[in-house]
Amino acid sequence: MIPLLRKDILILRRSRLTVALLVLYPVAIALLIGLALSRGPVKPRVAVVNETTPGARVEVGGRSVDVSEYASQLFDQVEAVPTATRAQAVAKIQSGDVLAAVVIPHDIAARLSSDVSQAHLEVLYNGNALEQSLVQSSLNSALAQANLGFSEQIQRAAAQAIGLLLKGGNLGVLGAPSNLVGLGEIPSLLRRVIAHQPPGPDREALERTLAFATFAAENLTLSKTVLQTISQPIAVHTKLLHGRRTPLDTFAVVVAVAISEMFIGLLLAAGAVALEREEHVLGRLLRGAGSATLRARGVLVSRNALLAEKSLLAAACAFVVAFAMLAGIGAFVSLDWSRVPLWLAALALSALAFGALGVSIGALAREVRAASLLAFLLSLPLAFLALVPSGSVGHGLYDAISAVSFVFPFKASLEALDAAVNQSSPGLPISLVHLAALVALFGALARVGLRHLD
Amino acid sequence: MRSALRSIISRDASPVSAALSVSNLAMRYGEREALSEVSFDAAAGELVAVVGPNGAGKTTLLSILAGIQRPSGGSVSRDPREVGWVPQLPALYSKLSVAENLALFARLEHVTDPAGAVARMLEQTGLRERASELVAHLSGGNRQRVNVAIGLLSRPPVLALDEPSTALDPGQRERLWSFIRGLASEGTCVVFSTHDVHEVQRYAARALVLADGRLLFDGTPAGFLAEADRDIDGDFEDAFVSFLRARGHR
Repeated sequence: MIPLLRKDILILRRSRLTVALLVLYPVAIALLIGLALSRGPVKPRVAVVNETTPGARVEVGGRSVDVSEYASQLFDQVEAVPTATRAQAVAKIQSGDVLAAVVIPHDIAARLSSDVSQAHLEVLYNGNALEQSLVQSSLNSALAQANLGFSEQIQRAAAQAIGLLLKGGNLGVLGAPSNLVGLGEIPSLLRRVIAHQPPGPDREALERTLAFATFAAENLTLSKTVLQTISQPIAVHTKLLHGRRTPLDTFAVVVAVAISEMFIGLLLAAGAVALEREEHVLGRLLRGAGSATLRARGVLVSRNALLAEKSLLAAACAFVVAFAMLAGIGAFVSLDWSRVPLWLAALALSALAFGALGVSIGALAREVRAASLLAFLLSLPLAFLALVPSGSVGHGLYDAISAVSFVFPFKASLEALDAAVNQSSPGLPISLVHLAALVALFGALARVGLRHLD
Repeated sequence: MRSALRSIISRDASPVSAALSVSNLAMRYGEREALSEVSFDAAAGELVAVVGPNGAGKTTLLSILAGIQRPSGGSVSRDPREVGWVPQLPALYSKLSVAENLALFARLEHVTDPAGAVARMLEQTGLRERASELVAHLSGGNRQRVNVAIGLLSRPPVLALDEPSTALDPGQRERLWSFIRGLASEGTCVVFSTHDVHEVQRYAARALVLADGRLLFDGTPAGFLAEADRDIDGDFEDAFVSFLRARGHR
């Protein structure tokens, strides 16, 4: 095995361009995917035409807000491009300068302040389906937040008014009498009055009024809670069942490292085995390998030794690059360095699993190009399948994707690395056992592939 | 499996004088019979040609001698490690030099003095001047010489060559045969397969004619001509075609 290993290292040293591509390409791809995962979508450029008069204010629930100030908050989720007129906005959309335009009509302040008529915004957009979808979802989200903001202010104003009705005092409204009695105080006042009232129609009338006042006071107290519920019917309380929440940026690091490791391990192992067949050396190396007697004498290379050598070489290269990448990214992203031994375990077993899959591909292919192409064609779909979140596709399709991901090492590697780096579920030991089983499975497949030596 | 193996490597079956003894060798691929009841002996220093049409079983026979394939039945008197193997296409690493290829296989074959064996083979094949040259830069003839040299690294008593002169020009072919004859003269039993019946006539001491996996003739080229057709006037190719046709083979 040692002479073969030396030979392979020598060949790798003499294939600098191939090795450079083998390392740089997966690292570049992985970083791009990691970057795409860690960053949210960019803000779409949207022209904002504010047709309201400068300084126009919206009065809601006793609060006065400048329309321009509110608009800038409203369009926080887009890159707002202030535009003077609707015609200019249309021109910007047509030239592709902006993806959409929002026109704030001149009467919006009056309509919002009226509390009775609905305000309208005009949205103009262009572009392809993806861009339209991006703009629509951004604006819908912004408008939903704006509506929620208004709704909360209206609810606060209503609650304040109800409070005044219940407690009494000064309403703060021009022309309203000062020191008004509160509805909550009326039942006790009436009881005192009724106590000194002789039986008769007046007392009965007062008692009916007392019953109404008591009922009204109790229900108005309840209304404050009801108003709060209406303004935000669904409140979200998050709870993570297993492990801990993985931040998106550290998960992206894990994905990038796993993809790099997969590419290098798979391509190198597949290429190394296929090279033996392409150079017609396999028969010479393995002749007599089917003979137990010869194997016992240690004369010729066994299939196991050949496959182990290729797997270990590919795994070692993938491991070194992946660890260097993880450590390098660790300089920019906050990682828990006390977990390095766990990283090493996850990276090592992942590299071995990729190496085992690689040698099985190499054993089945007849030449290096075919092996590399097969390894390459297999890699990216495996990575993407492993990243499909549950619920994003149909139940049956997700089960099928999970089954495919289960029998290939990428998902198990991703889970192992995520567990090692981010303490995520299902936990490192389970993932390591899964990877070890895959090493055995693909090692056995590779042996079958090497049965034909020509 | 072990009993099958014992039947493959059976020294007791061979006569003491034979360098190689093959007994009742059979090979089946499913329903197809690639070799059937093939038996022959070869002496040290003997040049034995295995000739036959495509699909006759020549490569199967040699690959069994070399341990590439295990036969379905029969036995070979030599361990594969005692048979130097020279496949039809040069089995070399093109990114390694001539010397590096030889050294690698010398180590893999556990040759006691790898450096000495490499030097000896470079000398013997006339490739000493090109020892440090990458195999990728060698001509087809020189690659084949390295290919043969690797088969000889462990000084095997038997050398099996599968169509060794294919793809060589006449000059390269001449030099290769000169080298192989030199080996035979030093006592190596050489068994080679070929399509070129003229090579049989020119270089072989014995010819084994195979067709459809069966051994149809085992004797000298002159004896073959005599048996094939007395009217053919010494043309080996015509005799070969006539011989096969007379026995129902094309």
